[in-house]
Amino acid sequence: MVGGLTMFPIRLDDLRFTPQGRPVLAGVDLTLGGEGISVVLGPNGAGKSVLLRTLAGLEKPDGGSIAWNGSAVPGPAVAMVFQTPMLLRASVADNAALGLKPLKLSRAEVQGRVARVLERVGLAHRARDSARHLSGGERQRLALARAWAVGPRLLLLDEPTAALDPTATEAVEALIREIRTDGARIVMTTHNLGQAMRISDDIVFIEGGRVREHSPSARFFSRPQSPEAKLFMKGELPWRIAFED
Amino acid sequence: MLPTLLDAFHLLGNLDAQVLAIVWLSLKVSLSAVALGALIGLPLGAWVAVARFPGRNGVAVFLNAMMGMPSVVLGVLVYLLLSRSGPLGSLGLLFSPAAMIFAQTLLVAPLIAALARQIVEDAWRDYAHEFAAFRLSRRQSVATLLFDCRFSLVVAVLAGLGRAISEVGAVMIVGGNIEGFTRVMTTAIALETAKGDLPLSIALGVVLVGLVLGLNALAHGLRQWAMVKYG
Repeated sequence: MVGGLTMFPIRLDDLRFTPQGRPVLAGVDLTLGGEGISVVLGPNGAGKSVLLRTLAGLEKPDGGSIAWNGSAVPGPAVAMVFQTPMLLRASVADNAALGLKPLKLSRAEVQGRVARVLERVGLAHRARDSARHLSGGERQRLALARAWAVGPRLLLLDEPTAALDPTATEAVEALIREIRTDGARIVMTTHNLGQAMRISDDIVFIEGGRVREHSPSARFFSRPQSPEAKLFMKGELPWRIAFED
Repeated sequence: MLPTLLDAFHLLGNLDAQVLAIVWLSLKVSLSAVALGALIGLPLGAWVAVARFPGRNGVAVFLNAMMGMPSVVLGVLVYLLLSRSGPLGSLGLLFSPAAMIFAQTLLVAPLIAALARQIVEDAWRDYAHEFAAFRLSRRQSVATLLFDCRFSLVVAVLAGLGRAISEVGAVMIVGGNIEGFTRVMTTAIALETAKGDLPLSIALGVVLVGLVLGLNALAHGLRQWAMVKYG
């Protein structure tokens, strides 16, 4: 299912984004290899979502660079799932096919891909139902299916379980692992430290628009290196920022 | 007053041939104009909603302003275009149903486009990032948004139909109100009232109001059904 040209490693060099003079990304340096699940952690307003949106090409940085295996162009195999996915007033199957429009596939191939991903996310039996009648968990599974159908080499997930109950969260986490096994590199944000611990291979800790620490998950949670990450893990960082502001 | 009303309902009850012919022509002209106006106005409105180009705001203001274009003024402009010495005079369309369809199309297309722009722009705010993340082209975005907003856009098309079927100025000028050829409900009502034939005017008025009410009820029902089915 997952394919695409080699786009890794992705190197972000002094990436800056300053909308209306407010630095949201203030010089991000980061290298992402071609495998695994990276979780971007950090306090509110640290720049996590903007980092993902910049990787997805939704925001244009005003400084620095992103190199996709040395190229400035990522190619088509990047997909993104948002915290609150917008679903069309159409069937579940039609929504799953949304991302396939630019690929100009035959009708049979679109139907085949849609059927496969809906089967894998457990929504095949609801293919003809209206997507807007799905529960929150089902909606997020459909959003994952929609992205999965594209065959992403890089899948960006912006707090995909933020509004879900534990059961739905568990189902989405299982799907994320399955997509990873299918060959997609995953970068996601979350505020749920338990989830980050369960699902991540490495942690990108971001604060003040800069990457403060990038380390394997086990090491980050047992021995965070940067002072900011230590404070964050103790639950003190957001307060410190709030008082300093 | 009462005898006049009774005569009017008598005409309706007997399915008077003259009344039916006028109603049929009105529907033919206005529905054709709205179909053409929707073909132009819906994609145009959606494109203005989605595209970013210099002068976009000016186009939006122009479309909004055209919603209030007096039909007589448009009638005069189309008359000048279609008159024998005008740029389209060689087509020989003046004082024909085709000229009336042409004029009403020009009347309703900007109205449908302006309403479609607003509806689609509201939806675009919600979908822009999803579509961009999937790298949908501008054309694919417009088509998808038109499909997604289809039930709301019915209201825009209905507004166009309401405008077309109830206007009198443009069809009077470019159609000429020729009996049995270009006489529609509104021009007939104006003429028969001036002549003092109130029963026919009232009968046509009842049909006109009934059509507008019926179409709006149909659209309302469609929207309600769509809300339940698609959310």
